Amino acid sequence: MKTSSSLGRRRFLKLSGLAGAGLVLGSYLRFTGDAFAIEVRGAAEAAPAGARLGAFVRIAPDGRVFIAAHVPEIGQGVRTSLPMIVAEELEVDWRSVTVEPVPLDRAFSRQSAGGSNTTPANFLPLRRAGATARVMLVEAAARTWGVPAAECRAESGAVVHTPTDRRLGYGELVALAATLPTPPAESVPLKDPRDYKIIGRRIGGVDNPSIVTGRPLFGIDQTLPGLLHAVYVKCPVFGGKVVSADLDAVKKLPGVVDAFVIEGTRNLNGLMPGVAIVAKSTWAAFQARRSLTVTWDEGPRANDSWDGLVREAREALGRPGQQTPRNEGDVTVAIAGAAKTVEAEYVYPFLGHTNLEPQNCTAHFRDGALELWAPTQNPGGGQRMIAETLGLAPEKIRVNITRIGGGFGRRLESDFMVEAAAIAMKVAAPVKLAWTREDDMRHDHYRPGGVHRLRGAVGQDGALLAWDARFATFGNVSGRPGSGAGISGNEFPAHFLRDYRQEMSVLECGIPMGYWRAPGSSTLAWVTQCFFDELAQAAGADPYRYRLKLLENPLQPKPPRGGFDPGRMRGVLVDAAERAGWDGPALPRGRGRGIAFYFSHRGYFAIVAEVTVSPAGALTVDRVVASGDVGSPIVNPSGADNQVVGSVVDGLSAAWVQSDDVKDGRVVAGNFDAHPILRMPAAPKVVEVRLIQTDNPPTGLGEPALPPLAPAVCNAIFAATGKRVRSLPIASVDLSWS
Amino acid sequence: MPLALNVNGAVCPLPEDLDPSTPLLWVLRDTLGLVGTKYGCGQGLCGACTVHLNGQPMRSCVLPVAAAAGSRITTIEGLDPAGAHPVQKAWCELDVPQCGYCQAGQIMSAAALLAKNAAPDDAAIDAAMAGNLCRCGTYLRIREGIKRASALAAGGKEAVS
Ligand code: FES
Ligand code: FES
Repeated sequence: MKTSSSLGRRRFLKLSGLAGAGLVLGSYLRFTGDAFAIEVRGAAEAAPAGARLGAFVRIAPDGRVFIAAHVPEIGQGVRTSLPMIVAEELEVDWRSVTVEPVPLDRAFSRQSAGGSNTTPANFLPLRRAGATARVMLVEAAARTWGVPAAECRAESGAVVHTPTDRRLGYGELVALAATLPTPPAESVPLKDPRDYKIIGRRIGGVDNPSIVTGRPLFGIDQTLPGLLHAVYVKCPVFGGKVVSADLDAVKKLPGVVDAFVIEGTRNLNGLMPGVAIVAKSTWAAFQARRSLTVTWDEGPRANDSWDGLVREAREALGRPGQQTPRNEGDVTVAIAGAAKTVEAEYVYPFLGHTNLEPQNCTAHFRDGALELWAPTQNPGGGQRMIAETLGLAPEKIRVNITRIGGGFGRRLESDFMVEAAAIAMKVAAPVKLAWTREDDMRHDHYRPGGVHRLRGAVGQDGALLAWDARFATFGNVSGRPGSGAGISGNEFPAHFLRDYRQEMSVLECGIPMGYWRAPGSSTLAWVTQCFFDELAQAAGADPYRYRLKLLENPLQPKPPRGGFDPGRMRGVLVDAAERAGWDGPALPRGRGRGIAFYFSHRGYFAIVAEVTVSPAGALTVDRVVASGDVGSPIVNPSGADNQVVGSVVDGLSAAWVQSDDVKDGRVVAGNFDAHPILRMPAAPKVVEVRLIQTDNPPTGLGEPALPPLAPAVCNAIFAATGKRVRSLPIASVDLSWS
Repeated sequence: MPLALNVNGAVCPLPEDLDPSTPLLWVLRDTLGLVGTKYGCGQGLCGACTVHLNGQPMRSCVLPVAAAAGSRITTIEGLDPAGAHPVQKAWCELDVPQCGYCQAGQIMSAAALLAKNAAPDDAAIDAAMAGNLCRCGTYLRIREGIKRASALAAGGKEAVS
């Protein structure tokens, strides 16, 4: 079979509709470097090299500006927003900027995308990177003219000598500038935010033109000459091993080049044992695996099931927790003396990430060195894991970072990279490992499920008196919660209530766990903000004002460690309630409003949801009003708004329709029929977003809008129907009313 | 007899040893190097692989290549290579994509919808787009994008981006 690489350039251009369109093609060739093989093939005219001013900035003699995008793009918009920051301080027009992908490189301090950390970690350093280059260009101009630098200013990609109006473009200055000493980063003057021309503008994603015309961008799109295609078959039971495999039969199948067993390690998040099939095309590899017979040693966890884990969790909840993250005052006494007590159990399932681009990675091993093209959120982690697992020196592992078809935390794990590396080291050609959708759903690192039992008490006057919570969670090692499975002692209303206790027990299970967008927060917000609503109801109070009142009375005047600023939270809560018309006319039965807030990843969010539930129990989310405070400035309001609306839809999908059942040690669902995600008709009709720009440094938006969505919707369902949703997904709860 | 495909206006003979039951998706991606069409599920459940077959939206992951021979196939690369199709323009104007992985399929479904219904309302949009998953949750901008594309196609003024 012919692989794409055997097509000549001319042929490719023809098929892609670009024949004879040299100019058009040129304008799309924003990517240089071998990470984008097909584009490179068409790239007749490479951009002139010019000179580099620091790790992020390169300027060509013709004045074009190239800015490195060093953080993986998973849809959070950083390939656009980070270069915007550099360009702002550099004083160039956005039109003159080309964003360049860069591989994993020590020149950049931090190249992972996670924890909504990218904006807070990069805002100041990138301003300094742009400003440093600007200062050097100004200095170069001053020397050229023999005038003091103070008489010169930078403007639109040029330096102007103010007294004489002489002007030199950056392209003319860069060669000299690059020879000057780099001033200390802290010494360079930064722009007054009032003078920002790029930061704060709605700027479309830099890859949009490529996305809408189908250019190769993603990990799965990588093509190299002589590329082979691989699948990797692992034991359906987590932690299982290969006993034997009928490799000879598979090797005889059409298109198959090789098949072999990889022994792997015991690390559930690393290189698990399996069988690799290498073929001439993806389809040949997918087909061959259907004929593969493997005898597995399913290991000790073959009896794990979600039902069983819930049973164990309930038993554990009958005992005091193994750990007590917080124990303030005396909840037992407070509850015993209270007018009203409320008790409830909240439970949520394990949940996979289901990135739309299944896990994949391309790798080429030659001359003792490995090169990868990886859709990874965590290139450094992948390099480390490969080095440790396969015994290669990190310097021998080059990681090219591709655009990524959805992160959500899944690609902080490096299993797909180490698998591709292990396969490539046995094949004398570049090889692309592609997981099937079924592989992807059944070999994820799941958001941990959990069971909570909560007790709360309110006084005669409705005042909240006590919060007593016990949490049964999961880990792969006894006593240690899995990624995103733990709880701190800081869950609201901690720091606002004198009698407060949080206990936790960790149950061992064999299901691999990993960070899932807003780890911990995405589920804990649902539990705590729904139960808080139950207490407001017991107090006969308005759920919005009951929250507000507590937020007005923190125990300590200053936010404690791990706590949040009550003033900022009140800001978003009041804003959301007012914009949603919380005090407007009451809604008829079957319609309801719910409110929730949450602090996570340094961001403050409040959400009001408006829902309709038909008497038969069909849910519609009519309107979502979200208010956030992630400081200021908002670097790219278009990307920011997209993140918040996306978090609302994602949060709704996760809460409403998604779950992963576990039976016989394996995840049951293999595709979108058994594990649905929200489709367009179920998306909210209206999502109204407002970001309040407070005088705080800017923080990330990939996660913090998501946590309050689920409790706002469930509280709205209660308002509409009188039914509390205490287990997820909502779709499995009967919402009918009469 | 070896198969040939008509893709984006070009006739593409296929290798003789190509299994005729291979889904069109993998022929486009691996044989012809047209990787704009995406794999998401392989079972017709996600819409990431949507192409046009004689103008009709089709899930190429469940369409054997033999069944596509003789039809006019348009992929995202051929919709308008310069990105000047109203849907492509609207997508860029409104900055619809997040990760972007689903968007080729979304755009092909949207273009097919607009070809038969020049001014779809919300219900028509939701119905036509229900087969296209977006894991990033860009559905609201997609709805807006389709309306904007409809306006652009009707000669609407381009917004300043
Ligand atoms: S890949 Fe074809 S519908 Fe999902
Ligand atoms: S934009 Fe990411 S799946 Fe749609």
